[in-house]
Amino acid sequence: MQNKNKSGIGAFFGRLVRQQYFIPLTALVLLALFNLIADPAFFKISITTNSAGNAVLAGTPITILDYGSELAILAIGMTLVTAASKGQDISVGAAVAIAGSFILRMLCGGDSSSNTLHMPIICAFLLGCVVAMLFGAFNGVLVAFFKIQPMIATLILYTAGRSIAAWFNNNELPIIKDAAFSYIGGFIPGVPIPTPFFIAVICVIVITLVLKFTNLRLYTEAVGINENSARLNGLNPAAIKILSFVILGLCVAVVGLIKVSRVSSINYSVIAKDIEMDAILAVALGGNSLSGGKFNMATSIMGAYIIQFLTQTLYKYKVPSEALPAYKAVVVILLVVMSAPTVREYLSNLVKKAKVKEAA
Amino acid sequence: MKKKLALMLAAGMTMASVMGCGGSGDAAPAAADTETEAPAAADTETEAEAPADTAAADTEAEAPAASGEMIKVGIINNDPNESGYRTANDADLKATFCAENGYDASFAYSLKNEEQINAAQQFIQDGVDYLLLSAADTSGWDSVLQDAQANGVRVILFDRTIDADPSLYEASIVSDMRAEGDKAVEWMKSQNLDEYNIIHIQGVMGSAAQIGRSDALTETAAAEGWNIIVSQTANWNAEEAQQIVQSVIDSGESFNVIYAENDNMAQGAVAALDAAGITHGVDGDVKILGFDTNKFALEELLAGNWNYDGQCNPFQSSYIDDIIKTLESGGTISEKTIIMDEKGFDAETITQEDVDTYGI
Repeated sequence: MQNKNKSGIGAFFGRLVRQQYFIPLTALVLLALFNLIADPAFFKISITTNSAGNAVLAGTPITILDYGSELAILAIGMTLVTAASKGQDISVGAAVAIAGSFILRMLCGGDSSSNTLHMPIICAFLLGCVVAMLFGAFNGVLVAFFKIQPMIATLILYTAGRSIAAWFNNNELPIIKDAAFSYIGGFIPGVPIPTPFFIAVICVIVITLVLKFTNLRLYTEAVGINENSARLNGLNPAAIKILSFVILGLCVAVVGLIKVSRVSSINYSVIAKDIEMDAILAVALGGNSLSGGKFNMATSIMGAYIIQFLTQTLYKYKVPSEALPAYKAVVVILLVVMSAPTVREYLSNLVKKAKVKEAA
Repeated sequence: MKKKLALMLAAGMTMASVMGCGGSGDAAPAAADTETEAPAAADTETEAEAPADTAAADTEAEAPAASGEMIKVGIINNDPNESGYRTANDADLKATFCAENGYDASFAYSLKNEEQINAAQQFIQDGVDYLLLSAADTSGWDSVLQDAQANGVRVILFDRTIDADPSLYEASIVSDMRAEGDKAVEWMKSQNLDEYNIIHIQGVMGSAAQIGRSDALTETAAAEGWNIIVSQTANWNAEEAQQIVQSVIDSGESFNVIYAENDNMAQGAVAALDAAGITHGVDGDVKILGFDTNKFALEELLAGNWNYDGQCNPFQSSYIDDIIKTLESGGTISEKTIIMDEKGFDAETITQEDVDTYGI
């Protein structure tokens, strides 16, 4: 009886190790444990009043949800692009600059320090979406029709994007002084939870519904696993790939809006700098294969919040500026190695062996 | 489908080659054709500029024919989208080094040292008379400057110094970042706060502005017994600065000074304070210091939201122009290093006139 029970536990662990959410979950638990032991105050959430006079929640967990949301939204698009095109889009940061700059241009109407909005925020945002989706489609066409490696194809926009963003605003730094605009990257009056988190939740719900009620998942995975057989089965791989880039474009526009709202301004060369690497890392952390095929959206989104968790932890312990990237790299190496198929197989074998020993 | 594509590609290529021929044909008759087509990617920029430049030169040549040949200058600068400072700096240089003033100027932009060095080598090969340089990094310039000297190219540094033998350049017109930092720290000292708990937000590590402004603070802080709570790089980025300040607020430590090494980061820091309902500025709990005198920053000072802003004078072109004129007429430069005149603005004394005059 006891033996059976033990082997049950062993089997459970064996199954767990093989699960895709094992890696992100372990990372999350480890980070949480580390912080809990080192300083439980890390998890303290309190209520403060912001300068607009609203009661809002404050504390590191809230900050993680707040700033991790942008990455989570990008991870959605990046997961689809990775699955369909067997490669990654490295122009995400530049595209965020483009979308953000365009939205600001629409709002301030070319007057870099206007006090009034030239159009409703929602209109500017929708136009920004169109622009970002067009740039996404541009990447998609290069990848789907011209068969250029995604990383090379998106290198074009990666290089040119920030200049395009600056050009939209004649290289000026527009500042929006409208209070409502700052709600998007801050707090809506009367709501104590940061707005970016709500936006991320909406995006997650939308993509979940889309994946549940349409064939997007099936088609994307089919194209990612074997393009030729997908084509022979009547799918159009090019269209699916372009679609994935367009969806990423939409995610980029949402992030662009949040980013420019946070400080009601933009700095073309540094806004969302290197965010593409974090987005790709989120996908990898989620245990998704970077060479396309099957994907798990939930783990990618978890990956995004874990990266933010890590960033906040490093800030919390005041890791010196010079060493910050190195610390991050060490953690990333650990996580990526752990998620490598060979290591995981080894781990599950280890569990199996332990099980056999216990049985004996 | 494939045929159509092939056709389009072919059409595109012929178009490109026709345009290429047209462009180079304008610049130099026939001879250059075969050469310009081969290294397409690398040459596009110079090619695109060439017709415009020569066109300008053509029209100009008739007007001030008396002044003789144009002075050929190669200007290597950081990306003008980097910051408001750089935008103003670039616009100032473009206004001075134009055909009307007898200059044939080519520009190269990069935030990366190695790309700048490549551009410098290109300019030396092109046989420019003067090389104007604002280096991304302080080191690594010796060999290329020796090349310049060997080829009779005179080098003038602007905005940033480099670690090279002074004999390798004619003059250097710089902002003394250390003096800027000292001025700001001096101002802090004059406030006679009961205690100094400082959040120090640094620029990109290793840049001259970061080193000068950081050293000024850290040395004085050590001497005066000021407490620097955290010293962290935000890479000149508003959102990163916001996160850093947010993490300090989350940790519950008290602070009363934010020393941000540029205006954008100060802006991000203030956004975090606003979200947490912490008062700042003239009547607030936290003193805000920024640098670079962006227009929006000076307006914040005028409104009393920030306390101090240090100028970093971007208008070097008139100094450079003087030096070139002196050298061309056979004169010598008495002082190799020219330090620009720079101010610091206090929120309590700043006027609208200052905002209009010094805002960039």
